[in-house]
Amino acid sequence: MASRHTPLAETHAAAGASTTAFGGWEMPVEFDSIRTEHAAVRESVGRFDVSHMGEIEVVGPDATALTDRLTTNDVAALAAGEAQYTCITRPDGVILDDTVVYRLPDRNGEVAYLFVPNAGHDAQVADWWTDHREEWGLDASVDNVTDQWAMIAVQGPDSPDRLAAVAADSPTDLARFEHTSGAIDGVGCRIARTGYTGEDGFEIICPADAAEAVWSAFDCQPCGLGARDTLRIEAGLLLSGQDFDPDAEPRTPYEAGVGFTVDLETEFVGRDALADQQATGVDCQFVGVTMLDRGVPREGYDLVDEAGESIGHLTSGTMSPTLDEGIGLGYVETDHTDPGTPVGIVVRGTEKRAEITALPFRSTSA
Amino acid sequence: MSFDVPDELTYLESHEWTTTDDPARIGITDFAQDELGDVVFVDLPAVGEDVAAGSAFGVVESIKAVSDLYAPVSGEVTAVNEALFDRPELVNDDPFGEGWMLEVAPSDDGFDELLSAEAYREQIA
Repeated sequence: MASRHTPLAETHAAAGASTTAFGGWEMPVEFDSIRTEHAAVRESVGRFDVSHMGEIEVVGPDATALTDRLTTNDVAALAAGEAQYTCITRPDGVILDDTVVYRLPDRNGEVAYLFVPNAGHDAQVADWWTDHREEWGLDASVDNVTDQWAMIAVQGPDSPDRLAAVAADSPTDLARFEHTSGAIDGVGCRIARTGYTGEDGFEIICPADAAEAVWSAFDCQPCGLGARDTLRIEAGLLLSGQDFDPDAEPRTPYEAGVGFTVDLETEFVGRDALADQQATGVDCQFVGVTMLDRGVPREGYDLVDEAGESIGHLTSGTMSPTLDEGIGLGYVETDHTDPGTPVGIVVRGTEKRAEITALPFRSTSA
Repeated sequence: MSFDVPDELTYLESHEWTTTDDPARIGITDFAQDELGDVVFVDLPAVGEDVAAGSAFGVVESIKAVSDLYAPVSGEVTAVNEALFDRPELVNDDPFGEGWMLEVAPSDDGFDELLSAEAYREQIA
């Protein structure tokens, strides 16, 4: 299958970005260096093209019921201008994808939502919505509008100042997980105070054909997926398809450390399985691990206890550019989850000393 | 972008360089360090261990990637650049100088099978 390209692909090529395939998209991975890009976001501000994220619109009298019954959180609690982080689960409670649901202003008197699944999940998730709409006989339109929109993240402690300098209104008044419409360089955008870096910041959804104007309005460090990954690992944030995956790494929200997205008072696919798990407890939990010996934790490395017995494995890892330590994310059996617990990381057959660390690895401006 | 390829060195297709002296000094090329990006860790054999031409002798890790290192020549390791353990970024900053990795006493004369600077330039062009 041919790779998908964001509306900014040519702009990134002209800027000398190296690219990588991710979720069916050809994406910039590095513009200058991961260290430089990472530091810009931690210390000042950086911009990311995240147009590979999906956009699905759900509109109609049953839009709330449909979306509520397919996500773990309480969609009915959202007012227009609010958003929530939530999970999409199977009947057995395993996470298919994580997403942010935005309640939009009503459209022609109809309730309207936009939600943002991860790269490459848009078609599958849109089908999940339409199939259940048919099964349940609900009245709501479901449109995969991923290719109509670009998404640009502006992240870092200086991002409010940077946004205030280019936005016509004052979206910097937004609280975390609030969103509004606003104009940037004359382009109508949806601006949300959200992000995936552990810093204060904004994610801006704009028409694909106006992406260039919005991107260039933010004259700051361009950042690729490399820095996006190191930033989110330091922040202890999950990567769909890696830290959980319905096939390769089947995990429930409770195991993955995002039980706060589960509202058992609502009715949704997976609710009963999750209610059972909440009552009985989980066997494994998502944790942070810091390397004490020299080395870099990586996805797939085994975790062992002091006796050398396997107690889990890593699903993500990197050398933290901010902390200058090897850090990893993964799952361990619940009796090894206390911060400070010594563990071993098996690196190419050799056990390296490490310890369980509370998440996030780094306190942040968000 | 053009990369530094010193004429006096010989090269492996897998982007290691070596001098043709005894001991032979070994490292990775300017092209390789640029492809890897920020180098954060190197795992090298100890002095006294043997390396075999064409076989992996260690690992270099950048933030985004793990790569095996291949020996251009066979022989016993006579020196290891321990500065890289604390400052792996030397591989990025000075791949043919302070970022060297090993010195090996060659056990045979295998240098003829390696790429000349000119041939390696063509490979990465």
